[in-house]
Amino acid sequence: MTTEMILVGLAGVLAAAAPVIFAVIGETISERAGVINLSMNGTILLSAMASFGVAVTTDNLLLGFLMGMFVGALVALVIAFGNITLRQSQVAIGFVLALICRDLSDFLGNPFVGQPGPRLPFAPIAGLADIPVIGTLFFRQDLMTYASYLFIILAWVFVYKTRPGLMLQGIGEKPAAAFVRGANVNRMRYFYTILGGAIIGLAGPTFSLSVKAGWKGTLSGLDGIGWIALAITIFGGWNPLRAAFGAYLFAFLQWLGLVLQPSLPGVPSQVLQVAPFPLMILTLLLVNIGNAEWVGRTLAALPEPTRRFIARGLRAMRASPPAALGVPFESE
Amino acid sequence: MKNTRISNFGFQILAVVLALVVTSLILIAAGANPLDAYKNIYAGSFGSFEKLSDVLVAWIPLLITVAGLLVTFSAGLWNIGVEGQIIMGGIATTWIVRLLQDTTTPPALTIALAILAGMIGGALWAALAGALKTFGGVNEIFGGLGLNFVATAATIWLIFGPWKRPGVASIAGTEAFNESVWLPTMGDTRLSLWALGLAIVSIMIVYFLLQGTYIGLRLKAVGKNPKAAYLLGVPTWQYSMMAFMLCGAFAGLAGAMQVMAVYHRLIGSISSGYGFLGLLVAMLVNYQVIWSVPVALFFAALNIGGIQLPIILKLDSSITGILQGTLVLFVLMMEGVRQRFMKRAGEKQ
Repeated sequence: MTTEMILVGLAGVLAAAAPVIFAVIGETISERAGVINLSMNGTILLSAMASFGVAVTTDNLLLGFLMGMFVGALVALVIAFGNITLRQSQVAIGFVLALICRDLSDFLGNPFVGQPGPRLPFAPIAGLADIPVIGTLFFRQDLMTYASYLFIILAWVFVYKTRPGLMLQGIGEKPAAAFVRGANVNRMRYFYTILGGAIIGLAGPTFSLSVKAGWKGTLSGLDGIGWIALAITIFGGWNPLRAAFGAYLFAFLQWLGLVLQPSLPGVPSQVLQVAPFPLMILTLLLVNIGNAEWVGRTLAALPEPTRRFIARGLRAMRASPPAALGVPFESE
Repeated sequence: MKNTRISNFGFQILAVVLALVVTSLILIAAGANPLDAYKNIYAGSFGSFEKLSDVLVAWIPLLITVAGLLVTFSAGLWNIGVEGQIIMGGIATTWIVRLLQDTTTPPALTIALAILAGMIGGALWAALAGALKTFGGVNEIFGGLGLNFVATAATIWLIFGPWKRPGVASIAGTEAFNESVWLPTMGDTRLSLWALGLAIVSIMIVYFLLQGTYIGLRLKAVGKNPKAAYLLGVPTWQYSMMAFMLCGAFAGLAGAMQVMAVYHRLIGSISSGYGFLGLLVAMLVNYQVIWSVPVALFFAALNIGGIQLPIILKLDSSITGILQGTLVLFVLMMEGVRQRFMKRAGEKQ
């Protein structure tokens, strides 16, 4: 394998990660506001199907992407309404919607299965694309991959460096305090849930109009991505940068599975394809174990230098969810 | 009091009507006549004795799974890993059958051991999700989802690898077991009365566990308020683990039934989505164990009734999944509407 081939492969990893990036960034924003969007697996499938359908019938890619965002926003609206206005469990509503949207994409997408459709054109950036190594890696992609870079940076800057972003953290961490400071917590939660949903909705068309162009029903390999993206969001510790790192890591592992396939003939391809899942569980464990009570107790019993060393390691990996995640807010 | 009960019922009826309206609109959008579709689903499920027996065949694993899920729901746990637990039950059962079927072990003993192994397999897989939750702080939803994928991969690996059919390995499954270890079925149907009996016993066990025992009461206390339960002396994490393992054992039993009574082999999709469907049923009945019996039957009927839709009406059978999902969604939503309504009525007085 030449260096050039590896570079092109890694550039493919960046492109393949783009839809997952949209999904985890959208989910991160929604969860930062305190609302879990558990419907993600269904939302991605439905938005992939709907945007492909629109793009095929109108022959307009932009309309396709807008349709994806619309579907994502609509599903998020149902979750927001059920949770914020009607005070039902986010997990329950999100889970049901995940199943409904999956079946809907199957049922309504039937006429589009296997149809040829438009595909987002390859768009190397003049000048930047010719830089050795970096050009091949980052700047010989399509528009949505560039958008995914941009979204990571924008989301990080928004959450940590702007006033509304600070307020967003507030309504997820301490809604009562945010309320006292004049925030309309529930209206903001509606807004961010729908915004997050619209961004998740971009993941669908990024698959069906770019990375895995076409619609092949729920068997197309898209099914399951949403559940993984949910795990990556947690791995990311509700930080857009770390979440993006998780998405890239996942795409890299999948690519590695494909590349290693020929050299490991004894291992069936199905096993390599799921290799990311045990790793994901392991990373979730590493991220969360610092929060467990028994760990603290055990650590306290260890000799000081060892204790400090392990504690520091755990703290570096640890991520705590927004304190009010999943908790409805009542202003009275 | 009586009034509120009638109004509760009214809200639930409204939820069913809304679900039917939405599903009908989707059917119309796809260019189909909703009435034709519903008639077909009915004919395909309760239309004849054969169809009815097929519905019961689907009802068995669903009801057993729901029985398990009611335990974890009562303990306040979202056991999404139930799919993987069904699969692991199927794998463990197949393993024991393959080990014993060609030995001198009496077939009855082989069957009993295989079913027991299925329950243990499911329970251990659930224990893994439980341990991740209680000792690792990994939310059971995410741990469970990951473990589902791993269980599916294990099945596929076994079917294509160590347990592959001599000659061609295919997703259709391992080689069929010797007929001597199949659970006997009724007449020409695929319905096994043994499996049916086990399903009914399962739901009865859970009914008595949750309604009539001290353990059930403490389990519900853990589910309602773990902190308060802990302070009152309930060993919280032990109860959570127990709930996981009980649910896993039932899920494993469901997987064992699929292997022993329906397919007589391990197939690629041994759980057939009964785990997620079971979650829907358990959510719909909202802890009322008794209701899970008819609701699971209705959901099984929808599954079976949808099978012939693609052949007769050229409609994808996923429409029954949409109906099942919207039903649960609207029942949840209407419960919220009802609570708001009652609150407002309470404020007026």
